[in-house]
Amino acid sequence: MGDAQMEEGDNTREIEVAPALIAVDPAQRSVAVAVGSDLRVYDLIGDCPVSLVDDSAKPFHSDSIRAIRYDASGKLFVSAGDDKLVKIWSTDSWFCISSVCCEKRVSAVAVSNDGLFVCFADKFGVVWVVSLKGDAENQALADKKAAPMLAHYCSIITSLEFSPDGRFIVSADRDYKIRVTVVPKNPLDGAHEIQTFCLGHSEYVSCLDFIHSPDYPHGLLISGSGDSTVRLWDVTLGSLLDTCEIGSKFDRRFTFFLKAELSATDGIEEDPCHAVTDLCTCPNGTSVALAVQSLKGIMLLNCNLSAKTLSMAKVVLVEGETLIPTSLGTSLSEGLLWMVTGISKLQGFDHSSLARVRAVSFPEDDGRDAEPVLLRDDEIPGGQKLLERLQGSVSIGNDVFLAASEALKTSMRSLLIKKQYSDEKREFRKRTRNDRKLKH
Amino acid sequence: MIEKETTSTFNKSTGLPRKRFYRARAHSNPLSDSHFPVPLSPSQFDYSLHYPQLVPAASDDDNPKRIQFADIGCGFGGLLVALSTLFPDKLMIGMEIRDKVSEYVKERISALRTTNPGQYQNISVVRTNSMKYIPNYFEKGQLTKMFFLFPDPHFKEKNHRRRVISPHLLDEYAYTLAVGGIIYTITDVEELGEWMKGCLENHPMFEALMEEELENDLVVKLLTSATEEGQKVARNGGQTFQAVYRRIAPPL
Ligand SMILES: C[S@@+](CC[C@H](N)C(=O)[O-])C[C@H]1O[C@@H](n2cnc3c(N)ncnc32)[C@H](O)[C@@H]1O
Repeated sequence: MGDAQMEEGDNTREIEVAPALIAVDPAQRSVAVAVGSDLRVYDLIGDCPVSLVDDSAKPFHSDSIRAIRYDASGKLFVSAGDDKLVKIWSTDSWFCISSVCCEKRVSAVAVSNDGLFVCFADKFGVVWVVSLKGDAENQALADKKAAPMLAHYCSIITSLEFSPDGRFIVSADRDYKIRVTVVPKNPLDGAHEIQTFCLGHSEYVSCLDFIHSPDYPHGLLISGSGDSTVRLWDVTLGSLLDTCEIGSKFDRRFTFFLKAELSATDGIEEDPCHAVTDLCTCPNGTSVALAVQSLKGIMLLNCNLSAKTLSMAKVVLVEGETLIPTSLGTSLSEGLLWMVTGISKLQGFDHSSLARVRAVSFPEDDGRDAEPVLLRDDEIPGGQKLLERLQGSVSIGNDVFLAASEALKTSMRSLLIKKQYSDEKREFRKRTRNDRKLKH
Repeated sequence: MIEKETTSTFNKSTGLPRKRFYRARAHSNPLSDSHFPVPLSPSQFDYSLHYPQLVPAASDDDNPKRIQFADIGCGFGGLLVALSTLFPDKLMIGMEIRDKVSEYVKERISALRTTNPGQYQNISVVRTNSMKYIPNYFEKGQLTKMFFLFPDPHFKEKNHRRRVISPHLLDEYAYTLAVGGIIYTITDVEELGEWMKGCLENHPMFEALMEEELENDLVVKLLTSATEEGQKVARNGGQTFQAVYRRIAPPL
């Protein structure tokens, strides 16, 4: 009874557009971009594009990649997505060391700080774990089996992060929830002890990151949401330490950018949407960079770890391009913040594998007001060769940006916001359900 | 809707709402999107609306009373009514996903409060999907008893993840229960009884109560007799299968 009725997680099949993703090696030895099913890597040490090697039964990805990341050491790279495959790559040789088959599409990945466990979340809210013990040495291509570790009840998990001290794994979902779970000795037996929930967001939680420093090794959690806020949390207690409203009326300096940008791209009046789509902590250890759904650039927040506060710092606009980043990435060591915009599977659009990559440098923090600088294409590490590899082409026409920003809006909205069916529509869906049809 | 017809939906002799006006679909799909308000966090739950006499709105109590018992899938509320007078100083809540059924319980409690002044002030009900929103209602370790009486069986294997007792949901119940808190489950479906017992038995943060403890626990007797479903099973002479477990500290 009621089987086909709107099971969450099953109903996103219609959303085919996938935002481009970027990830940067912790020491900036390489940069990776995913557009659709295409995974592109540029080696900054060898200054050359990387060819990935994948001998598994199902080589490479065959559907949109939804999550990519390096582990803390930079030795491993993980990619996963709609083709229900989690691929673990060794970054020495860019060889796929393991290809894990999942039952459902994968929405987020994380690697434990010791590099021994890869966790990934599926569209039904289950977080799975695979052990990499032993693999690093023999490099055997193992078709691993994942064990269920924890679950959010049937809610898409949008982000997964290990805490800097490795004690907790944090998972965020589109039901406004952030769950903090104690990482057990053997994660394969399941993580049953919930430390706390961080509750307070009033829309889907889209992104998580930890900010920490030598003085604050446990770090604080930062979350971004469709409710246009970024929040700072203590994950041991689940307490909300500070909330920063994006485009808050009190901060005219910044709403100006958001409003101006929005009307420029849309040409029509609509509620400005300041949904936070991605965030990442910056190399200087105090800034947090945000991608905001209608901002052509990035917003920077200041995080004061000792005072436990978040405040708006500045907006870095990308001049001359309609670049609304779909994903942000950074390396801890090199002082660069990378961004990408792009989209795949956009209907009626033939540049669907194109993406645009930019980088912002954070100068050494000697003077307090060192301005972040948007690098020109010839200033970016790797230069033209890198752009050719990661973007798919050296120069990207403005039509690509416009299409991408429009598509990003739709995909964010439909991927993350719950479907609101009117009563009639709900009745209609019930009447036309396949299971019912079969029975009568 | 019900306000208009108060005279006819209430039984004249008992003053209680009549169940037939609150009939609803037999089963709900707990996975489907529903539209009812959910507190953003436990601190946003308005106790004064639910327990106006025991937790008044304008109180400057530093340590206000909190809910300690939760009846998950409370149905028509028979257990709450029985527990109310047995533990008059404990706040209790029923969680029920079916709108009409939760409305019925609400009316039932308010009628009991009217006919028995000063009593039944410690019980209330919310319409919610307990499988999704328990952490929105209760803080860590807040509850001392949780009840799962005659839950929907969801027989098919592929629907097992809809069961209110499952390995992953037990993690949430363990979070919500204080160490020493007790979880009570009972069913007339043997297979479900085994499933619930198995889930609890295999969970590192629960241990079974001993025979003697079960005998001394007043509440255990209510499992088969207090709820509407329990009474129905008893009338039909059905067998029941219970599992009663204590929340313990996680192993180090
Ligand atoms: C068979 S009845 C038992 C009711 C009651 N405990 C009794 O013993 O009479 C199960 C009840 O659980 C409710 N229920 C099922 N899933 C639920 C959920 N996810 N959250 C809250 N209530 C739920 C159903 O609506 C139904 O009223």
